[in-house]
Amino acid sequence: MSSTMHMHGGIGESIKRKEDARFLRGKGNYLDDFVLPNMLHMAILRSPHAHARIKSIDTKAASAKPGVIAVVTGELMAQHKLAWMPTLSGDTQAVLATDKVRFQGQEVAAVVAETLYQAEDARDAIEVEYEILQAVTSPEGAKAAGAPLIRDEKEGQKDNHIYRWESGDKTGTQAAFAKADKVIRLHTFYPRCHPSPLETCGCIADVNGVTGKATIYMTSQAPHAIRTVFALVTGLPEQQIRIISPDIGGGFGNKVPVYPGYVVATAASLLIGRPVKWVEDRTENLISTGFARDYHMTGDLAVDKNGKMLALRVHLDSDNGAFFSDAQPSKFKAGLFHIVTGSYDIPTAHVTADGYYTNKAPGGVAYRCSFRVTEASYLIERLVSNAAMELGIDQAEFRKRNFIQPEQFPYTSATGWVYDSGDYPKAMDVALEQLGYEELKKDVEARRKKGEITGIGIASFTEVVGAGHGAEFDILGLRMFDSAELRVHPTGKALLRMGVKSQGQGHETTFAQIVAEELGIPARDVLVEEGDTDTAPYGLGTYASRSTPVAGAATAMVSRQLRDKARKLAAHLLEADEEDLVWERGKFYVKGSPEKSKTIQEAAFAAYTNLPEGMQPGLEGVHYYDPPNMTYPFGTYAVVVDVDKGTGQVKVKRMVAVDDCGVRINPMIVEGQIQGGLTEGFGIAFMELITFDAEGNCIGSNFMDYLLPTAWETPKFEIGQTVTPSPHHPLGAKGVGESATVGSPAAFVNAVIDALSPYGITNIDMPVTSDKVWAALRSKGVTE
Amino acid sequence: MKVTMRVNGAEKSGDVEPRVLLVDFLRSNLLLTGTHIGCDTTSCGACTVLLDGEPVKSCTLLAVQVDGREIKTVEGIAQGANLAPIQIGFHEEHGLQCGFCTPGMMLVGEALLQRNPNPTDDEIRWAISGNICRCTGYMNIVKAVQHAAKLQAQAANAPEAKQPAMAGGGE
Repeated sequence: MSSTMHMHGGIGESIKRKEDARFLRGKGNYLDDFVLPNMLHMAILRSPHAHARIKSIDTKAASAKPGVIAVVTGELMAQHKLAWMPTLSGDTQAVLATDKVRFQGQEVAAVVAETLYQAEDARDAIEVEYEILQAVTSPEGAKAAGAPLIRDEKEGQKDNHIYRWESGDKTGTQAAFAKADKVIRLHTFYPRCHPSPLETCGCIADVNGVTGKATIYMTSQAPHAIRTVFALVTGLPEQQIRIISPDIGGGFGNKVPVYPGYVVATAASLLIGRPVKWVEDRTENLISTGFARDYHMTGDLAVDKNGKMLALRVHLDSDNGAFFSDAQPSKFKAGLFHIVTGSYDIPTAHVTADGYYTNKAPGGVAYRCSFRVTEASYLIERLVSNAAMELGIDQAEFRKRNFIQPEQFPYTSATGWVYDSGDYPKAMDVALEQLGYEELKKDVEARRKKGEITGIGIASFTEVVGAGHGAEFDILGLRMFDSAELRVHPTGKALLRMGVKSQGQGHETTFAQIVAEELGIPARDVLVEEGDTDTAPYGLGTYASRSTPVAGAATAMVSRQLRDKARKLAAHLLEADEEDLVWERGKFYVKGSPEKSKTIQEAAFAAYTNLPEGMQPGLEGVHYYDPPNMTYPFGTYAVVVDVDKGTGQVKVKRMVAVDDCGVRINPMIVEGQIQGGLTEGFGIAFMELITFDAEGNCIGSNFMDYLLPTAWETPKFEIGQTVTPSPHHPLGAKGVGESATVGSPAAFVNAVIDALSPYGITNIDMPVTSDKVWAALRSKGVTE
Repeated sequence: MKVTMRVNGAEKSGDVEPRVLLVDFLRSNLLLTGTHIGCDTTSCGACTVLLDGEPVKSCTLLAVQVDGREIKTVEGIAQGANLAPIQIGFHEEHGLQCGFCTPGMMLVGEALLQRNPNPTDDEIRWAISGNICRCTGYMNIVKAVQHAAKLQAQAANAPEAKQPAMAGGGE
């Protein structure tokens, strides 16, 4: 690569990030860094009980505390019709509790004071009398006879069942199972975990009493959708709401929903007439905001005697907590769980799901995942490995025998989804080669003979990301498109504004590179802005790996649109016919006379200074991109583990990750995304757990109990790639933010189960902690 | 209570309640918002600052405990307009994504290089194990510290060579 190309920053160049400059100097602008004149601070009182009736709330002592401006209760919110709010999944959620509390950590009241210390002091002086009710902490408990009714305020709600969802062909699947030579079953629980970005959630609501304009700074991955939701919830006119999503300290799905604190802070600012800041502490973040997973899954795989998959049947019980507020496209109750047939050519499948209310925090978010794809991928990859084991077929060979073949794309899955592209055998071959699989298998065998416990795990995942198409995918009716507005200034420098919102993914660099490639303006000359709904074009936001598939496509399209106009301008300047011009990144020249050329900067200047007759001035445009299909990134991950017989401790010796996310715009950033995702997958597989005792007390409410991987535990990853461009994306890109978190947990657990398989152990649910492994070994009579 | 400390080389004073945490004093009184709050339990290290050259978590110290002592925050790492080696290392090796843990990580890295100018991979991992990063997976942070170590060694061998100021990125 020449140095001139390197300077340009087009597609495929690992240029350094533009956003680094401010972060390296401690000059990022995160939510809690903002201080507005006259700003007040808010602290929220939360329920200590999982399920209890509120008998009384006494705010007298709290109101008298120093610095207190207001104490807000559910009763006050109810007077403004804001005690409840709609959720993204068509349910309702309490903003501040009025009747009952339904999970530990639920918002009960809020104090607004001059300082945060004062607000917290006063919060502790609020007296609430509760009548404790029996708590429900699992779907099993929710459906038990005589279980308490959690949502007794909902008309027509007679039990704790929320939804029944179904996909695929029930009759065909039954018929296929009847003919199967063997059926392999796996029951597994994908436990509740939490995205826990290092920065918690928060907002500063600033409602101007004179103009009525509500400016709300918010840690939001989806500022535009939030603005619309706010307009609907509060009744404020939408043009008077401005959401500003500043630098975000990680999101991973946690910052998609609207949380009660946002609504209370906004209401408080409106009533008091001063800005109100609310920032969660870590415990509030872990016990009340969007959790992930909590799926109890049973999968049956029917195979014939040749090891060919015939059919898949899955049932899952979803634990949704006290309010059904999953952040997902409105039509999809179990997200995109349809992808459960994975990378395999399974002729028929039938999937059912039941959702249940429990006395746990609400808000199933996709923790670095495209709407329940992680759960689906985990189930099929664990099931396939167990099936290979039971059939006595090598796990790689069994996968290869059943892969959807490259020539089958576009491929319609048994649940009716059209996979755009893929080459699964190739990704697996690259991974196995990089791992040295055949040699390694011999090594494992030899070491097992010596009594060591060691194993290899594989996962060949397929994702479905980049929602929409808007006809199928919407959030509260809002089609899931995205946008890019490009303004090329007279001097040839550009401003690109987008409907998505980076949380660390490097949008300011990646999207500038798309303009650099498509319009020829060097990346360093393109300023990317996101997150301010008064200035950026409307879009649905950053989650579900959709920024590059959707907003990246919009950026390519708007760049091409301006390039078409620039061609006309260049033709005018060159006094040539526009058909006779050849585009070479950065300039147009006359066919056959490369010396007669005009740069994109010259064309931009002409757009403001020297136009052909009849042309509108300016070189600006906006594109709203509604993708024709989802994209389907995939890959093969392979893990080698050793297990200590005495302690049950698992040591990850190697981890090879081969990803295919189509065309890579900035390979450095893509690899960074993969390394981070693998680490979160590692954490989920071995460490991260939000669980509850029988009374519904949350265990995992701080970073001493909710364990995240540090540099010390985290393995060193070996990264590989294949490139299968998406046929329908203008750049061939597919999105990569979540692949590693989707694919890796199954690879890690498969390795542990492979290691333990000689002892007849076929499953351990995540997190695979030392004590669970130790107990499993002891149960099989294995001692040191 | 009156409290006085040297922060990034300059004397700073304030009148604070005894219970005020150092991190709140730095952020609210001195407006040094590069020091972040991530957990409140001394677990995540986003609030790491250097106290007399040693990394400490400023969410677990009271401002008054630091009276008369020396604090360095992320805002004090750069040498004027020029970035310090640790900052260049993080930029060059893509050692940051969302940037929230970065101030703490860089300060720990810098303190490590003070006492160990050529740390191994494991020594770096151990040093930063009190700091959580949710984005990078740590591999590039390790490389960033090693990159800084190299730059420091070069600078020690050729002290007259000037450290380049980083451009706006995108290069």
